[in-house]
Amino acid sequence: MSAILKVENLEASYGELRVLRGINFEVERGGVTTLLGANGAGKSTTLRALCGMIQRSGKIMFDDRDVSRMPTEDIVRIGVAHIPEGRGTFSTLTTEENLHLGAMARPNKKDEIESDIRKCFEFFPRLQERRNQQAGTLSGGEQQMLAIARALMLRPKLMLLDEPSFGLAPLVTRQIFDILADLNKETGTSMLVVEQNASLALELADHAYLIETGSIVMSGEADAIREDESVRASYLGY
Amino acid sequence: MELFLQQVVSGISTGAIYACMALSVVMIYQAIHHLNFAQGEMAMFSTYIAWQMMAWGFAWWIAFPVTIIVSFMGGFAIERVVFKPIQNAPVLSHIVVFIALFSIFNSLAGFIWDFTIKSVASPFGEGPFMGSTLLGKHQAGMIAVTILMLVMLWAFFQFTRVGLAMRAAAVNPESARLVGIRVETMTALGWGMASAIGAVAGILIAPVVFLEPNMMLSILLYGFAGAVLGGLTSPLGAVIGGFLVGIVENLAGTYLGGIGAELKLSIALALIIIVLVVKPEGLFGRKIVQRV
Repeated sequence: MSAILKVENLEASYGELRVLRGINFEVERGGVTTLLGANGAGKSTTLRALCGMIQRSGKIMFDDRDVSRMPTEDIVRIGVAHIPEGRGTFSTLTTEENLHLGAMARPNKKDEIESDIRKCFEFFPRLQERRNQQAGTLSGGEQQMLAIARALMLRPKLMLLDEPSFGLAPLVTRQIFDILADLNKETGTSMLVVEQNASLALELADHAYLIETGSIVMSGEADAIREDESVRASYLGY
Repeated sequence: MELFLQQVVSGISTGAIYACMALSVVMIYQAIHHLNFAQGEMAMFSTYIAWQMMAWGFAWWIAFPVTIIVSFMGGFAIERVVFKPIQNAPVLSHIVVFIALFSIFNSLAGFIWDFTIKSVASPFGEGPFMGSTLLGKHQAGMIAVTILMLVMLWAFFQFTRVGLAMRAAAVNPESARLVGIRVETMTALGWGMASAIGAVAGILIAPVVFLEPNMMLSILLYGFAGAVLGGLTSPLGAVIGGFLVGIVENLAGTYLGGIGAELKLSIALALIIIVLVVKPEGLFGRKIVQRV
């Protein structure tokens, strides 16, 4: 399988503070890759660097194009949907408007967009019930569903998910991960998932990388990582 | 009762001026979350452009749209040239630039067109509106134009893609970038639209107060009062707020002894303070609710 995303020697810093120290990783076309690591290891920073939301250097190849100098808006336009930490809800706009915004980077074809919104509502019936409600008043789980639906409206080739379990009850988190697995199977959308809940992430992913203080310390097939003694002890807790 | 009604209607007719100005104040507030102190001077400058074109012999209906387009481009350019470089600077830097723009436009207008008062003809004609002794034709026209602008703005923000993108950029700029919206362009568009609305306000106000470089000084304060009263997040609120300020100002001047023309402006300022203390989001502003 070919890689849809290939990252070489990615570095990023917040001012003087260097957070990423030259990391390399890949996401396979149609596959799910996860970045694991503790708080502050540089997982979210990696996603932000990929999208050009912070200063970065190194080589980022997406879909055989060099995007390492592309501004955020243009990276979105070529099919990268980033669901940021905290879900990035447009809180004073309605649920339906949030979905319309997801399609903002697509050509303005009303019929296609409307039919995609109907598909989102079929997939997430809860969102349909709340379509005219201010998105900020949705529950955490609903907002995460909205964030995923908003990302789908782009018809992305690659989804970047930053802590999908953020602030959710265990049962709801489980539901969200099942949804992601279904989506990956049905649409073949490639995913890069950053997650603190390592056991859930390893179930979903086929490949995993482990980040510690801005460097990748281990990588491999998700199953192999799960069996690793040190990962078990530090991240899975059994 | 007769007197009361009279004062209300005459309040509405001055309120139309404030409503226009409040609308442009809200427009810019939506885009940058600051009040632009130079808004009034920009509107005054636009009015001079219209006046100059009419002095050159162009008809009103040519001068009006051309001025609006020029003002739109001017506002867009000001954002690009002056504010984009300092977009991450602290609030105080912005305020200093607002004040700089204020005095630049004020002096420039005086320099080009001097400080003598000029009169601008009303497009709606002179005399009473439908035989009313309270409402002039011009005032009636102004109210109609203000409401028309409001409806157009509402439709723009509610039903167009660019309007939705502008709202999204104002609510959550980072997320807006992540769905592919060019946030800086949206901000500049907001400046352009605010400046265009200001131009409409200026051109409509000029026949009432006469054109001179300082004509907007107090009107902008009333506009701020209207915008704050109605809620800085609501264009409809701003317009209603503008009318209310006009009415309150008139009634207070009539019924409260001691408040003459000199103290009228303090009423606007008192209103701003009262609203900010009692109901900071204004009458129609949205309280932002966020569940996490």
